[in-house]
Amino acid sequence: MELNTDSKLEKILKAGHLAVTSECGPPRSSDPAGIIKKGHLIKDHVDCINITDNQTSVTRLCSLAACIHLKREGLEPVLQMVVRDRNRIALQSDILGAASFGISNVLCLSGDHQSFGDHPKAQNVFDIDSMQLIQTVRHMRDEGRFLGGDEIKVPPRLFVGAAANPFADPFKIRVPRLAKKIAAGAEFIQTQCVYNLEKFELWLQGVVDRGLHEKVFILPGITPMRSVGMAKYMARAVPGMDVPADLIKRLSGVPKEKQSEEGITIAVEAIQRLKELPGVHGFHIMAIEWEEKVPEIVERAGLYPRPQVA
Amino acid sequence: MIVGEQKPFDEIWEMVKGHRQLTVFGCNTCVAVCHQGGNKEAEILASLLRMRAVQEEVTIEVVHGGIERQCEHPFFESAQEQLVASEAVLSLACGIGVQFVAGKYPSTPVYPALNTTFLGDVPADGLFTEKCQACGDCVLGVTGGVCPVSRCCKRLFNGPCGGSANGKCEISKEIDCAWQLVVDRLEALGKLDDYEKIAPIKDWSKDRAGGPRSFKLEGF
Repeated sequence: MELNTDSKLEKILKAGHLAVTSECGPPRSSDPAGIIKKGHLIKDHVDCINITDNQTSVTRLCSLAACIHLKREGLEPVLQMVVRDRNRIALQSDILGAASFGISNVLCLSGDHQSFGDHPKAQNVFDIDSMQLIQTVRHMRDEGRFLGGDEIKVPPRLFVGAAANPFADPFKIRVPRLAKKIAAGAEFIQTQCVYNLEKFELWLQGVVDRGLHEKVFILPGITPMRSVGMAKYMARAVPGMDVPADLIKRLSGVPKEKQSEEGITIAVEAIQRLKELPGVHGFHIMAIEWEEKVPEIVERAGLYPRPQVA
Repeated sequence: MIVGEQKPFDEIWEMVKGHRQLTVFGCNTCVAVCHQGGNKEAEILASLLRMRAVQEEVTIEVVHGGIERQCEHPFFESAQEQLVASEAVLSLACGIGVQFVAGKYPSTPVYPALNTTFLGDVPADGLFTEKCQACGDCVLGVTGGVCPVSRCCKRLFNGPCGGSANGKCEISKEIDCAWQLVVDRLEALGKLDDYEKIAPIKDWSKDRAGGPRSFKLEGF
């Protein structure tokens, strides 16, 4: 087994296990206690924890600092990086900074547009795009050079991930877009939340037909619904989300106090169905502000205990 | 062409009301097409300012004038006398014209009546849409003739992002997803396979980032 980094995620995936990743959002304050607590809630049930980077363009404690807090607690963070707020100088600088703290995973993203957040009047940067950020990290790691060409004496050894949204339009380029991210250097993929299983399977079939599942590890995104209200909101207002009417109907059919339990069951059923498919290498469980439910989902989906890797 | 929009009238009034004489000066090319800064609009704006002055009992002599283009010296000949005699000028040109007037008349206050909004086209009567940001390194040849810099809200060179839905951008259902348009064009041209070519990292030194740009023709 050839490893490019010290990433636990890389080891688990390359050993052929189904990986489980999760995600925590940093606080809107300078107090790290919340993110540390969230990390400890889920640490025995997941292999690594993504830390979001000012998600939905709302200003928060920075992803890098939150990753360092988790790393100090002995947890394995995935540094999410969006290209919305930093140019290539700042991005490369933060990549070196992350590696200097032993952070071994990065997820390269565009980032939600700033108009969704708390500073809609902000300038956006987009010096490079998410595809080019993947290239940048791989270039720094594998060539040992900055984009500008200068040598990096101790290159950053990061396992490089990217996002994929099988539900965004135009659908016909969604498999080619994944191929493009793989060509850019993506080693693992975490997808948008999967609710429309049929559409996801259609996309995955296209991925498998091109043999792309043998070139990258794919972790479908799973987010449990807490209520029918959340399902309706996500269907209506969250960009790139595909929430089928049947799912909303199913949640509507149970009493309000039982809806969150039903949401967990739907998530577990989705994992059980998808984990049998070729091209699925694990799951990215994003229980938004509901991290305490991650252990239950992982256990009920038959993904516990987590494999131990040296 | 350059598209501009007149500033709110109150903002214009606040800028100029302290003067005793003002020339409202139109620019009759780009910003006349969008009916915001032409010589006709200068005449109307001058009338509105005179009315406001009466309402507020402010003494200010407001005259109007205009030329074809406020961004080149030769066009100024016909207005030279008027401008030299002006205490202040309210220019209805784009930001280029305002600066050109200020440069020509160093001791005359010049105010912008317009916000210069974008470089755009006229796809339908009365509709103006942004199409270029003068980034200095055109990629339209590989994007099917659709500009990702001016038309993608994240100016992605390898789009679309995950927020593209039903041909629209994640930030507004009023905005077309530029990358949906790129993909449609590539398909129409029989070049959809080109979608998988990764666009290289852009050289932004040819853009605003490299500082004010200029070029000089040899032999002039």
